[in-house]
Amino acid sequence: MTKREMTCIICPMGCSLTVEMEGEEITSISGNTCKRGAAYAEAEVSHPQRTVTSTMRCDNGEVLAVKTDRPIPKSKVMECMGLINAHTAKLPVAVGEVLIRDVFGSNIIATENKTVQ
Amino acid sequence: MTDLVIIGGGPAGMSAAVAAYESGIRDILILERDSQLGGILQQCIHNGFGLHRFGEELTGPEYAWKYEKQVRDLGIPVKLNTMVLSVTPERTITATNEEEGIFTIEAKAIVLAMGCRERPRGALNIAGTRPAGIYSAGTAQKLVNRKGYMPGKSVVILGSGDIGLIMARRMTLEGAKVKAVCELMPYSGGLARNIEQCLNDFDIPLKLSHTVVEIHGRKRLEGVTIAKVDENRRPIRETREYIPCDTLLLSVGLIPENELSLQAGVEMDSVTGGALVDQDRQTSAEGIFSCGNVLHVHDLVDFVSEEAAIAGKCAADFIREGSGERCGAAAQADIPAETFLETSLETGIPITTDGKVRYTVPQRITKRKDFTLYFRVADRYRNVKINVVSDGKVIHSVRRPKAVPGEMENIRLKGDLLEGVTGLRVELEELA
Amino acid sequence: MYDVAIIGAGVVGGMLARTLAAYDLKICILEKESDVGMGATRANSGIAHAGYDAEEGSLKAKLNVQGSRMMEQITKELGVPYRRNGSLVIGFGDEDRESIEKLYARGLKNGVEELRVIDGEEARRLEPGLADGVTCALYAPTAAIVCPYELAVAAVGNAMDNGAELLLDFEAGHIEKKEGYYEICAAACSQGGCGSPAEAEREDSLQGKEPSGASAFPQMPQPRKVCARYVVNAAGIYADEVAKLAGDGSIQIHPRRGEYLLLDRECGDVVSHTIFRTPSKKGKGILITPTVDGNILVGPTSVDGEDKEDKATTQQGLAEITARARENVKDIPLRKVITSFTGLRAAGNTGDFIINSPSQGFVNVAGIESPGLTAAPAIGEYVKDMLAGQGLELRRKPDYQPCRRPVYAFRNASVEEKNEMIRRDRAYGRVVCRCETVTEGEIVAAIRQNPPARDLDGIKRRTRAQMGRCQGGFCMPYLAEILSREMGISYEEITKSGRGSEINVCKTKE
Repeated sequence: MTKREMTCIICPMGCSLTVEMEGEEITSISGNTCKRGAAYAEAEVSHPQRTVTSTMRCDNGEVLAVKTDRPIPKSKVMECMGLINAHTAKLPVAVGEVLIRDVFGSNIIATENKTVQ
Repeated sequence: MTDLVIIGGGPAGMSAAVAAYESGIRDILILERDSQLGGILQQCIHNGFGLHRFGEELTGPEYAWKYEKQVRDLGIPVKLNTMVLSVTPERTITATNEEEGIFTIEAKAIVLAMGCRERPRGALNIAGTRPAGIYSAGTAQKLVNRKGYMPGKSVVILGSGDIGLIMARRMTLEGAKVKAVCELMPYSGGLARNIEQCLNDFDIPLKLSHTVVEIHGRKRLEGVTIAKVDENRRPIRETREYIPCDTLLLSVGLIPENELSLQAGVEMDSVTGGALVDQDRQTSAEGIFSCGNVLHVHDLVDFVSEEAAIAGKCAADFIREGSGERCGAAAQADIPAETFLETSLETGIPITTDGKVRYTVPQRITKRKDFTLYFRVADRYRNVKINVVSDGKVIHSVRRPKAVPGEMENIRLKGDLLEGVTGLRVELEELA
Repeated sequence: MYDVAIIGAGVVGGMLARTLAAYDLKICILEKESDVGMGATRANSGIAHAGYDAEEGSLKAKLNVQGSRMMEQITKELGVPYRRNGSLVIGFGDEDRESIEKLYARGLKNGVEELRVIDGEEARRLEPGLADGVTCALYAPTAAIVCPYELAVAAVGNAMDNGAELLLDFEAGHIEKKEGYYEICAAACSQGGCGSPAEAEREDSLQGKEPSGASAFPQMPQPRKVCARYVVNAAGIYADEVAKLAGDGSIQIHPRRGEYLLLDRECGDVVSHTIFRTPSKKGKGILITPTVDGNILVGPTSVDGEDKEDKATTQQGLAEITARARENVKDIPLRKVITSFTGLRAAGNTGDFIINSPSQGFVNVAGIESPGLTAAPAIGEYVKDMLAGQGLELRRKPDYQPCRRPVYAFRNASVEEKNEMIRRDRAYGRVVCRCETVTEGEIVAAIRQNPPARDLDGIKRRTRAQMGRCQGGFCMPYLAEILSREMGISYEEITKSGRGSEINVCKTKE
């Protein structure tokens, strides 16, 4: 049996989670105060995921705040940064607008409004 | 005469404005020194905001936009690029902007929502040179996220406050090497989840009980000497270690920005660095309310919004009741739910703490009504009970599996509990 | 061909330039740093001493008292903050009393006015925060405080407004005596040769150069060689090396390190006078003084060093200041430190100011340690007379303007004045530095005025932006933007303090 300790990142409570495993199989999850915590622990031991937030270059030379609209595999975070950095957003852009589609199962969307100045 | 003037258009100011509007006040004005609303949220492009308030995970700009949209939709007037120069106890505000020059506004009520600033290097008295390359974490955040520039490529961070942790990840994502995060205390001041996702995810070492003792480099930073500290936080000479780097980010605390509050004659709490307030967030200066990070430094914007909504609503009540008529207003039948206990903050029910609980907000109670008591603890504790004590008797208590200085706690208290109470004390009891 | 070249744009070089600029002379100031007042001028106590310290009959004593008398008028003309706050040399016990009596006697001989020895009680009446153990004090009402770098900036600026030229980033690397003049090459070019004589001749004279602000921006091609009939060496801690370049090996200067702590304006009323400890075998002790900007300055330590560039503060130094300040003033809120810094004083090898002429047309102004700031105006006059004695012709310029164009400080203005400023220029309505209430109008003026601010520290010294309690945390990115816009350079080229101190290394998306 193996034991993994982790901090839940789902909400600011930051619960200390303990996952017990037999080989690949999870035998127990403890320390969580909500269901989402259990789901996080489960994902974290098999396929950890992260939301990426960053900025993207705009066609006027400024930068725009962006994010992946859902978590992507943790192992792909730097690759995702590469894709964001290779792209230039055309202004104007509104909050929620999709800037790049299908990036490791998510879309890169704008998280702020920006007009041409 | 303006009904309500709100100083600061960040999350606190906007929330207060919306709450006041919803309480029926229409003559509202927000004064904001920046060129857009949102305050510091605009540079906090990471996610993690809004879980409490909106039930979804938002980035800073997205959270700000939700409020800005409400402010716009409600048609609440905003003056941007406007700096308030002074506030008097009589609620006269002097401000300036490019269009109007110096102007004054008389307000029936004021909500102070100026936020906080970062503690600079000078305050730390670190020995060494004064080269370029040393920034407070928030300044670096502004450079990277708003201006699109990298202040450096090889980074050491002093202080494990949330902004420092967030910037460790942010700099890494943008291609910098973050060599270490040093924390003077034996524990981090940041949220546990930020240590996980900002440091551990990128194998950035968190050096607890470490500090920067010397800064090297004449023109641009070339390196820092760090050292472990003993239990009295004094550096241990033998543990000195040189780390080459071109950038040092400081995340060593936030200080409420209370110059205007002091001018207005507001009584201060030396622990929070903010105003002393009652459950309505009214300060000792009648009709002047305070909320958000200018009142006490929060770790979650959701709580800033919540607190500011209280201040906004209560400011609206104050305006309706008519300033200076609080006792008279108590007699009016249209506010039966709230019983006025005392007429002023000075004579209200004081809330004290035992030291393990560092401070509470509010610090005084002037009306008998339900309220939420916010507090921070002084150290790390596991398995504790928070007791609210009156006259030696525990009148309310809650259990917490853990309590840490970096995370603000709260308890909801019923107004009925205040029957006959002359003073409250909030104590932390460590359970076996 | 210049009439006079002054090497060093500190407060001494600056005041001399200003003094000479009243005459029909072609003057240039050569400065190795990227701004003026970057040496001892930048980091010292900012005291206009009354004049009881220096030994009677010395040059120090004479020029100190003269300078002290000139300072008020000059600061008024230059628009530099100055306040006659008086100083107290405090003593604990009989031994100190004896020393204070000696200082008093010396002060009288030096011609210091209004000097008095007072008892502990009276001293505490004047300054209630003084330690209980204070038994006596030397009270000098003529002592004053002044901002040293603002004085240097204003003096150089005023000299420039009257036609003097300032060459920054020009480190004298080679000096050659020619027939009736000197040739000075910049350090970098002395290694690589000075180019053809024709080129040198062309570069030598900045023909048609307007003595206005926009001219001294960094993209401006700077001559790497100048010729001048008279050369004044006012190179501060490097004055010995500059003298050597001219063949004079008699001067030795070593840097005397002095560390300081600056306290928040919040505690500005801790003391109102400048408080000195009675000098003893242990040294001069730590002074505590208000600054003209309302902060409290504590320091300096005094450690003789070797490295002329070592401006690092040390843990020992900062600890020493803290411990010793507490002996003199009760309840000094040392928690309210907003910054610490080290100044390097140019300590000479004679104990007195070294002002001499090793060869015709070349004047050393070296070893200008304390009370150098106070003496600077008098040194200007003294050197002017020396140069005249060596044949420099002084014809008063009819259009000489002794007053500097006013620098509008928004925070000190009345409401009417503020509105007038904003009416004339909207940028005065935009507050950029919130701690010190500095407007964009003032920042732009500092960049456009003589001598122009070219980096963030230059803006700080001229306007106080970034000097408050957040130390630029909030306004620095805005200031960089204004600098970038006004100077026409990219954001990446903005420096904290000259080349090599860039604040950003690259764009994020490159």
